[in-house]
Amino acid sequence: MKLKLAILKSAALAAGLGLAGAAAAALPIQSKFNLAPPVTQIAEEIYSLHTLMLVICGVIFVAVFGVMFYSIWKHRASKGAVAETWHENTKVEIIWTVIPFLIVIGMAIPATKTVVAMKDTSNADLTIKVTGYQWKWGYDYLRGEGEGISFVSSLATPISQIMGRDPKNANYLLEVTEPLVVPVDKKVRIITTAADVIHAWWVPAFGVKQDAIPGFARDTWFRAEKVGTYRGECAELCGKDHAFMPVVVVVKSAEDYAAWVADRKKAMAAAAEDPSKVYELVALKTMGAKVYEANCQVCHQANGKGVPNAFPALDGSKVVNGPQADVIALLLNGKGAMPAWKGNLSATQIASVITYVENSWGNATGKAIQPAEVLAAKK
Amino acid sequence: MSAVLPHGHADHDHHDEHPHGWRRWLFATNHKDIGTMYLWFSFTMFLVGGVLALGIRSELFQPGMQIVSPEVFNQLTTMHGLIMVFGAIMPAFVGFANWMIPLQIGAPDMAFARMNNFSFWLMPPAALLLMTSFFVPGGAVAAGWTLYAPLTVQMGPGMDMAIFAMHILGASSIMGSINIVTTILNMRAPGMTLMKMPMFCWTWLITAYLLIAVMPVLAGAITMTLTDRHFGTSFFNAAGGGDPVMYQHIFWFFGHPEVYIMILPAFGIVSQIVPVFARKPLFGYASMVYATASIAILSFIVWAHHMFTTGMPVTGQLFFMYATMLIAVPTGVKVFNWLATMWKGSMSFETPMLFSVGFIFVFTMGGFTGLILAVAPIDIQLQDTYYVVAHFHYVLVAGSLFALFAGAYYWLPKWTGHMYDETLGKTHFWLSIIFFNVTFFPMHFLGLAGMPRRYADYALQFADFNMLATIGAFGFGLTQLLFLYVVLKCIKGGKSAGDNPWHAPDGLEWTLSSPPPYHSFETPPVVK
Repeated sequence: MKLKLAILKSAALAAGLGLAGAAAAALPIQSKFNLAPPVTQIAEEIYSLHTLMLVICGVIFVAVFGVMFYSIWKHRASKGAVAETWHENTKVEIIWTVIPFLIVIGMAIPATKTVVAMKDTSNADLTIKVTGYQWKWGYDYLRGEGEGISFVSSLATPISQIMGRDPKNANYLLEVTEPLVVPVDKKVRIITTAADVIHAWWVPAFGVKQDAIPGFARDTWFRAEKVGTYRGECAELCGKDHAFMPVVVVVKSAEDYAAWVADRKKAMAAAAEDPSKVYELVALKTMGAKVYEANCQVCHQANGKGVPNAFPALDGSKVVNGPQADVIALLLNGKGAMPAWKGNLSATQIASVITYVENSWGNATGKAIQPAEVLAAKK
Repeated sequence: MSAVLPHGHADHDHHDEHPHGWRRWLFATNHKDIGTMYLWFSFTMFLVGGVLALGIRSELFQPGMQIVSPEVFNQLTTMHGLIMVFGAIMPAFVGFANWMIPLQIGAPDMAFARMNNFSFWLMPPAALLLMTSFFVPGGAVAAGWTLYAPLTVQMGPGMDMAIFAMHILGASSIMGSINIVTTILNMRAPGMTLMKMPMFCWTWLITAYLLIAVMPVLAGAITMTLTDRHFGTSFFNAAGGGDPVMYQHIFWFFGHPEVYIMILPAFGIVSQIVPVFARKPLFGYASMVYATASIAILSFIVWAHHMFTTGMPVTGQLFFMYATMLIAVPTGVKVFNWLATMWKGSMSFETPMLFSVGFIFVFTMGGFTGLILAVAPIDIQLQDTYYVVAHFHYVLVAGSLFALFAGAYYWLPKWTGHMYDETLGKTHFWLSIIFFNVTFFPMHFLGLAGMPRRYADYALQFADFNMLATIGAFGFGLTQLLFLYVVLKCIKGGKSAGDNPWHAPDGLEWTLSSPPPYHSFETPPVVK
């Protein structure tokens, strides 16, 4: 049924390609044929450079293939054309070596200016570290207004939409649990690194793409000139969910940004680690469900059944239902493809997610793991 | 090594000079037989790689995951690339080299006939390793054909099989190249100076040097990957003092000349065909030779244009941008020379000429997108997107593959003694060029609009062009079965070709019968 619909759709498409453009108006990515509408000076320069290249190449294309198709039409044997015999002409050869050379230089000059500008990350108003993980982004505000704010940003599109069980929303694969928030008209320096393999942080509207390389820090910068929400994607193959770790940046006005920072700081203070706090099982499970969704679900799946031969099932797992100390150690230190979470998750988060896993699906240990236990194991 | 000892021909035990049955093929030392085996092998791999591509395009027909999991999707994209590059395009050109170089230079065979056999027979086991890697735990390697570290450290045993296969294929290429260089430099018929040599031989001479220079570099990169994976080294692991970007430098130092390795023989084929069907000599033969050599030399100093987003210092970005843009100049010279060959000629458009002219048209489009990608700021937006996928398919499919088809149609009458079915040949051309463009032209827009490559799934605004590309891909793939039919039909029979069916004014291959004798030019011809 769906296939028939798809085939019908494609037939309509072949007939009227242009009409589809109107339908795209409601979707977050506006452009269909060209680069994203630029929102920074650099993106603007890149857009113009590309237009310039297109025009020059287009003119050369028309000239060269005009000549070729004319020749195909005029100089055919079936039309009685008689072949000339000449086969060299040094003057002409020199001309069509020198002129392209000059054209290439002409293209390189404006490009040089932009390359130099893109590399100048000095005097930033705000410095944010972006860490690529398999498969999400971590943001740490290092310097400037908002310093100290830190969070992880994962794909928010439900797996039911990916698997076709639910209709896809307009922001399909371009929405995250928590976007990066920056102020408008401020120079933001982005330092990229990664925790595992090479990723790449890319926001087309900003004209920014920078590889996130494990063990190394690279940087880039942008100054967004318009308030709004801008979406990008991971641009370096990083494993199975490379297509499922988008970038979303919300650019706010100066006042809105200040308000957001204040809010965030308040929330951080409230959620601040109180390692002596004792939580109820239900509270831990509720917190743990959120932690699981943002961090564990991508591999171990929402139903806890994992992926055969790749990611172990947690539902009914011997390890999960086994000695508590082993489970805590596993979460803290990782094993094989499973990352060490002691660097990314707080003791409260680890305690809550273990409680959730041990008391969900078919598991029912009835145990509530407290943050203090995790902290003790960390030492 | 090849000392020529005088001995009476009457003493020959002729039955072992033309073996029969399976021995003829397994122990082949005849350049024509080995050429034939390379061509059939490469066509088979082309179909296998094509099926993988159709798997990719099927999954990408609509947004969402319908057919394969993302892990398997990454295996498909990786293996499609590896098989097409190392199993289809490169061996096909080697097949042409084997068949045509001795014939074109008036030599009885390749310089090292037994090594030639070994070069071929290394390939099927390597191909088997690659294809069976799908069936081991973890499946085939899924890190992209470029095999970047440190993602490769996470791959299963399928990766090790791929590394082993690539070592074997690399050894085969290096041996084949040594053979080609030695043959061309030592075994040309008297009177055939280098500047009288057919363009196909020139382009292969230069390509062979490129292969010898860079295949060992690839071997180095994948060996370091192997030791990082299993023997505790940290070449590409920052935690151990290594550098993942170093892998990229080493790989692309091989990788960039590699793409010229895949296109230079194509230039050679087209340079042979256009003059014959324009009934006019190739314009600027000497410039064509120099332009090919310049492209080859320049190809060594542009590798980091694949790495503009890794975080290079400004000077690096600028240098690699300038050097890359420079390659447009000798490439442009070649295009103009082909045009000047056609201009005021007397052209007819049989299938070889259709594919050659099609090549010039569509390859040049790929050249333009390459020039656009060379502009570093633009590349920042387009790197790792479908724009790059469009670019390299334009130059590799509409470039290399079309040239291979042109050469096949051009020389099939020589190889088989029969003319192929011209109507079917033309149909193959028109269907191929139309479906090719339907498949890959929209990918430029996808890349510009922001769709990254190696994506198993995509945002809704990319849906229309993905659907279109999939339709085109199936059309293109099915059309290639038509080519298979044309070839088989031609082998079986057809109008008798005669020695020189295209009335080529020169070319030693046209002085021989069609098909040529099993051993040709045992006495070298004299070239005036």
